[in-house]
Amino acid sequence: MTARRPNYVAGALTAFWLVVVLAPIYVLVKASLQTQPDYDSSGPLSLPRHLTTANFGHVIHSGFLHFFVNTGIITAAVVLIVVLLVPPVAFAIVRNRSRTVTVVFRVFLVGLTVPIQAVIVPLYFLISKAGLYDTLIAVILPTAAFSLPISTIIMTGSMRDITGDLYEAMALEGATSWHTFRHLVMPLARGGLATIIVFSALNAWNGFLLPLILTQSAGVRVFTLGLYDFQTVSSIDAPAICAAVVLSIVPILVVYLFARRALIRGLMGVGGK
Amino acid sequence: MTALAAKSGRTRGSGGLKVGRPSFLWSLPAITFFAICAIVPLGVVVWLSFTSWDALGSPAWVGTANWTALFHDPTLTNSFKVTALLTGLGVVTQTPVSLLLGVWAAGYQRNRAILSALYFIPLLMSATAISIVWLSLLDPYYGLPHELHWLFGNSVLGHGFLFSYPGTAIGVLTFVGMWQWTPFHTLIYQGGARAIPEVLYQAAAIDGAGRVRQFVSITLPQLRNTIITSVVLMLVGSVTSFDTILILTSGRPGISTTSTSYYMYIKGFEQFQFGDASVIGVLLVVVSTIIALIIVRVSGWDRMRSTQEGM
Repeated sequence: MTARRPNYVAGALTAFWLVVVLAPIYVLVKASLQTQPDYDSSGPLSLPRHLTTANFGHVIHSGFLHFFVNTGIITAAVVLIVVLLVPPVAFAIVRNRSRTVTVVFRVFLVGLTVPIQAVIVPLYFLISKAGLYDTLIAVILPTAAFSLPISTIIMTGSMRDITGDLYEAMALEGATSWHTFRHLVMPLARGGLATIIVFSALNAWNGFLLPLILTQSAGVRVFTLGLYDFQTVSSIDAPAICAAVVLSIVPILVVYLFARRALIRGLMGVGGK
Repeated sequence: MTALAAKSGRTRGSGGLKVGRPSFLWSLPAITFFAICAIVPLGVVVWLSFTSWDALGSPAWVGTANWTALFHDPTLTNSFKVTALLTGLGVVTQTPVSLLLGVWAAGYQRNRAILSALYFIPLLMSATAISIVWLSLLDPYYGLPHELHWLFGNSVLGHGFLFSYPGTAIGVLTFVGMWQWTPFHTLIYQGGARAIPEVLYQAAAIDGAGRVRQFVSITLPQLRNTIITSVVLMLVGSVTSFDTILILTSGRPGISTTSTSYYMYIKGFEQFQFGDASVIGVLLVVVSTIIALIIVRVSGWDRMRSTQEGM
């Protein structure tokens, strides 16, 4: 669009929305550095009288470090499963045109519309019967499974961008499918791989529902559940709650700073195109 | 593997070379894993809906008893209304804002890029974190309603007791949903708007079309598929999600924010009537699939591959 007279309507709307988005973020960060009496007497928006880091110590002492480790294990395992399973199936979908593989792709497309919330009861039943209730594996398996459809579709899109000439060049040299996968497809689909890693990691890191229904003891608690419990127990201690929330966002913020592109593409995976 | 590949790989498209094509075995691990963890539960939920199970022992077959009981359950009937209301309000509030912001953010100006990065922040937070922050922020005694009494102190907003009245509780859920999801839909619209060919705007400008006219005659029609995608995601998302409700209102006051999916959670994981919960689970799967299919069919989304089709 070419430069024209300033767009006041857009200016007003974007300024308003900026306030709506940033006001809670400001309160969140500010309150996490404030004492409880200070917060309670002055209100969320007003400037703090003095700053303290005591809330973070309080949060860490109430077991959050352990919850972060649990969430970290789940996230790493989910990413590992997705990275091992998705590139091969995407390769098959793009390069194998048999009916079977077409069906596989359709299944993943349909799988995209199955909401995980709707199947929490059977998941709880199956996990209990398998003797996995209240373990980290119980959370890992379904979290990874429900990351597969979107990841497969993102990865397939990424591999479709590789031109046929390159495959032919590989074929002329007599490359096996493993060789083609290893030396042609994976190097060229790195963008897609980064996207699905970030997407599935974010999904696992922020997961709440599956840990809520599939775990119960403190030993396997994840930080989202920790936040929820913390909120129930010390609902009046807003600064401590805010400190816990701030701690939970820091790792994602780091990813956001270093892999912004992959993160945005991952989030748009569903809606893009 | 190569032999299998040669057998199954048909010779279409690129030159007809069969070497190096993967066999279907490459798709086997992923599809098996997905089938066990996601497809099998779909079957199990249907079976469980015809049983009685309280988490101890084994499910006992009770035929259609759960189904008939639930269809006379006023809480379930009310939950449909709550779900429809929350879904409708979600679409109506999020679509205009994210559409306008997305189209605006599609411009490549530097200030737009910086602001877009800021708008993006809520997406980094878990639904749990967002709900908990807003719960603290909207506390009637220590939160915004107390500090901004001039704004929240009127009777329409329950004198600041937002969680105590059905209307304001629904309002809170709608607003928090908007805060949480607008960034995501803004991104979708940004992508869609960037795909609109520049030449259309140039032609319109030559014809003397102003900013509003260009938006109505070019941007909106060109974003048709993007709007459909975004609305489908909103519908399916708000029909099924309930973590925000669980943390913010717990379905209260009364049952005025008890959505269908939250009621399923209550039935199953608080009252341990997993048969009843499964009936609601089946309904949710069916409804969300139907929504997706109807919209895809009606709009012809499946036939149109890109926004540039027909150019």
